[in-house]
Amino acid sequence: MDYLLAAFAWLADSSHWTGRSGIPNRLLQHLAVTSVVVSIAAVIALPIGILIGHTHRGSGVVGAIVGAARSIPTLGLLTLFGLGLGIGLRAPILALVVLAMPSLLAGAYAGIETVKPEVTDAARAIGLSEWQIVSRVEIPLSAPVIIGGIRSATLQVVSTATLAAYIADAGLGRFLFTGLKTRDYAQMVGGAIMVITLALILELILAGIQRLARRISHPQLLTTTMKRN
Amino acid sequence: MIEFQRVSKTYPGGFEAVREFSLVIPDRSIFVLVGSSGSGKTTLLRMVNRMIEPTSGRVLIDDEDVRDQDPVQLRRSIGYVLQDGGLMPHRNVLDNVVAVPILNGVSRLVAHGSAKKLLEQVGLTPDLGHRYPAQLSGGQRQRVGVARALAANPTILLMDEPFGAVDPIVRRELQDELKALQAELGKTIVFVTHDVDEAVRLADYMAVLAEHAIIAQVGSPQSILAQPADDFVRDFVGTDSQRVLTVRQVGGRDLAIDATGRPVGVLS
Repeated sequence: MDYLLAAFAWLADSSHWTGRSGIPNRLLQHLAVTSVVVSIAAVIALPIGILIGHTHRGSGVVGAIVGAARSIPTLGLLTLFGLGLGIGLRAPILALVVLAMPSLLAGAYAGIETVKPEVTDAARAIGLSEWQIVSRVEIPLSAPVIIGGIRSATLQVVSTATLAAYIADAGLGRFLFTGLKTRDYAQMVGGAIMVITLALILELILAGIQRLARRISHPQLLTTTMKRN
Repeated sequence: MIEFQRVSKTYPGGFEAVREFSLVIPDRSIFVLVGSSGSGKTTLLRMVNRMIEPTSGRVLIDDEDVRDQDPVQLRRSIGYVLQDGGLMPHRNVLDNVVAVPILNGVSRLVAHGSAKKLLEQVGLTPDLGHRYPAQLSGGQRQRVGVARALAANPTILLMDEPFGAVDPIVRRELQDELKALQAELGKTIVFVTHDVDEAVRLADYMAVLAEHAIIAQVGSPQSILAQPADDFVRDFVGTDSQRVLTVRQVGGRDLAIDATGRPVGVLS
């Protein structure tokens, strides 16, 4: 309880809210790392997942890779990359990309695979090209599941991005590592509270986006609620 | 004119759906392919718009091999209606109907204008245009499917058991409307069904298919009912049993009585 009170006192101290290692700057770094990681991972994983879902080929292989990738400890990976790439953001970004990929891949291919074959077959039969089937039918219909993948990847990354501070001077993790080293537990818990708060806010935002996506895939639900009102 | 020239299709795994099938389908008629499930009738239909490629043989439309055409362009030039409409669940009725014209580059405004006319043509009120497929009845979805198939004004309409999922009364209505629509628009319609009654009701010509899409008999419904080529056809169209009517005099009038003993009409 003392630590928690001390943490809030630490958070309330205005001197911690300014400068290069102040809370706002660390928060921005943390967000930047998270968004860069999720973007890179999405650019790689989503097209692959969508392709697998569309062609129904390779889901076994990817399932195995996803399972294996999930079991890799991110800290170990970070240490490995850090040894190879040195101090800086490259190693943590790379390790976090590996962390984010499985959820994104699984979301994309599971989402596309759930689109009923009759629907894609009919779309093909009336003259949509394969790309048009993907972009106009499969992606809109599976948008909630794909965004669900982005949501869980983001949450994993935003909480694990504290590890970036392990070998780089970046992110909210700095408070945890510095606090640990200097036995400044107020700072440590304060940093942890910041990470948790950030994760919760992102979760809320992404849940909202997922709800919006459901209106794209199931628009009739929207019109029925409108009628009821 | 659609022409099948010695078309065969063996699926990977060895199932021989179609064996050496040859047939000419004349323009501006309703041609029904009727056969039990697994007779290869859907396979034949889907060869016309290249949804399925034959293992051997050729399919010609107006003397042009469909294989020489780009499949996507070919499919856009042919109307396709399938069971339960095959509509896109996330698009409203209007957007479903205009899907093909939009793909062909027609502006949304123009397309929506003609879509409303199409909806009326298939017996739907234009205010249904903003509903989604899940908010329609099976019969309504089917009508939207027909409107969509007509939207790009194709000369050929392929219909794959389109009325299989609706109840018998609505099915009858849809069949009558299809006949009226065909009389008005003069499309070449290839219609696949396993329902002999439906075939007889709709067809200008029909082909009764046995296993491997072997043609047991082809001709007008009249000629097939009058002179079944063999036992298979006789059995399939049911001229032995349920389709036989007897005449009974009741109160000075001749009643036609069906196999179950119910009166189905009066002879004049």
